[in-house]
Amino acid sequence: MGVLETQISQWRAAVTRNRAVDAADVEELEGHLREQVADLELTGLSEEEAFLVAVKRLGAVDGVTAEFARVHGDRLWKQLVLDGEPGEPGARGRPLLAMLAFAAVAAVGIQLARLAGGDQPWFTRDLALFVLPVLAAYFVWLRRPPRRQVIVLAAAVAALAVLANVFPFARDAQTGVLVGIHLPVVLWFVVGVAYLSGEWRSSSRRMDFVRFTGEWAIYYVLIALGGGVLMGLTSLVLAPIVDGDVYEQVFLFAVPSGAAAAVIVAAWLVEAKKSVIENIAPVLTAIFTPLFAVMLVAAVIGYLIAGIGHPFNRELLIAFDALLLVVLALVLYGISARDSLKPVGLTDALRLVAMIAAIVLDLLVLGSMLARIGDDGFTPNRVAALVVNVILLVDLAGTAWITARAIAGRAAAVAIDRWQTGYLPVFAAWGVVAVAVLPLVFWFA
Amino acid sequence: MNIDKDLVAAMASPLVLTILAEGGSYGYAILKRVRELSGGELEWSDGMLYPLLHRLERLGHIRAEWGSSPEGRRRKNYEITESGLSQLAEQQRQWQTATRALGALWGQGPRSGSGTMKLAGA
Repeated sequence: MGVLETQISQWRAAVTRNRAVDAADVEELEGHLREQVADLELTGLSEEEAFLVAVKRLGAVDGVTAEFARVHGDRLWKQLVLDGEPGEPGARGRPLLAMLAFAAVAAVGIQLARLAGGDQPWFTRDLALFVLPVLAAYFVWLRRPPRRQVIVLAAAVAALAVLANVFPFARDAQTGVLVGIHLPVVLWFVVGVAYLSGEWRSSSRRMDFVRFTGEWAIYYVLIALGGGVLMGLTSLVLAPIVDGDVYEQVFLFAVPSGAAAAVIVAAWLVEAKKSVIENIAPVLTAIFTPLFAVMLVAAVIGYLIAGIGHPFNRELLIAFDALLLVVLALVLYGISARDSLKPVGLTDALRLVAMIAAIVLDLLVLGSMLARIGDDGFTPNRVAALVVNVILLVDLAGTAWITARAIAGRAAAVAIDRWQTGYLPVFAAWGVVAVAVLPLVFWFA
Repeated sequence: MNIDKDLVAAMASPLVLTILAEGGSYGYAILKRVRELSGGELEWSDGMLYPLLHRLERLGHIRAEWGSSPEGRRRKNYEITESGLSQLAEQQRQWQTATRALGALWGQGPRSGSGTMKLAGA
């Protein structure tokens, strides 16, 4: 009996793999298979022979499931389940309602802050503080991490809030702006710890958070686009009956609150739609990795021909920071989507080309930048741009090295994941330095 | 004799409806009846029956209900509906017209070997 049951469960697994066949269909087919086996055994076949004949008569799994897909095409377009799958392990009561509540908190919070000091420099500097802790709280509610961890997270947020506001920044201080830029980065790591709820040491779970970050960014952009269309149409529709001041006021309320609430909604969407569609970030990277590889190689050739001695300004270094960040993101999502069991292939080689070109390009720029800093002295912005550049460069160089080894067959592809997730704390550490140490070093300039 | 795949596909739906018109049944039993009727000459992979049953159910020609087999296993039973009966009548008319037309062309009816040969040679 044991052999037959194993064979049937293997067959079940093969049929279930196609989403057009649901559990009831499989049950129906299995009933058929079992009756057929029983009938064939009556004619004198052994159990094994009977199973083989019965499966053969049922037809090739591919053909049958394709036929099911033709009848039940709608099943391939999975619907977004708004309130969680019933019986999902670890699912909590009403995630939709909770999400809306947290989104409302973020929307109201940012509104209160805006009314209190929308034109003050602290408002822009602290922007992330009004939103991201709410997102972290949402994940705490969702995942129920141990109490100690919740206290640590709360303490971290409180410490950041104090740090960002206790310093007496000079008017239009570069360090103040830098704090405003790096605060979201540090807070995003706080969100990450809440998201991973106690499992932040695990490399594969950290990779999950990296994936989450990419998907979240895409959802946020999509929601923002939709919001932009809504706002534009609102102003057009209201124009004949309301004068400019009124909808300016409406926008002042709607835009910040909408943007804050969208942070929570996008995070919820990433989690809710996990089973609905394939992730989109890897699809985008598959399209853009080859294009970036071509662009970067062309740029390297161009720079080498045009000469390296051209003066570079700070904006260019920031542009290169952005470039390295984008290449890193392309690499990361390309890696996160690759099947870790498959051997390395053409896409890995393309990724390597893009990385090497980006590294060469960045080294060219960095060299001339260092020479110029020697002449003009250090400013907070230059230091920040430089440190970020070095951090990204080291990350990319490490990734390129491991990818090259993987292509040569000397390292497992999973080593790239481990390098990336192991490097994440460096980003967090730099964020903390930029928020807490840099202002002191430059004395709030 | 191997009946052409497209012809089998065209026959499938009236065949299933006819069997269900004789009385409610379930997948495996329907298939056994098909084999019986065709004397094993219809090459039909068993799995294709179920998508067909689901299509007919969706069109409202048959009705499905979960029951249980004598061994206590869950089993889906099918029954023909009013719309299924009228669909069957319509298909009967079509098939009769088709066989009549072909029979008239071939002269001596569908069983004549020489008629078919002549057509194939033409």
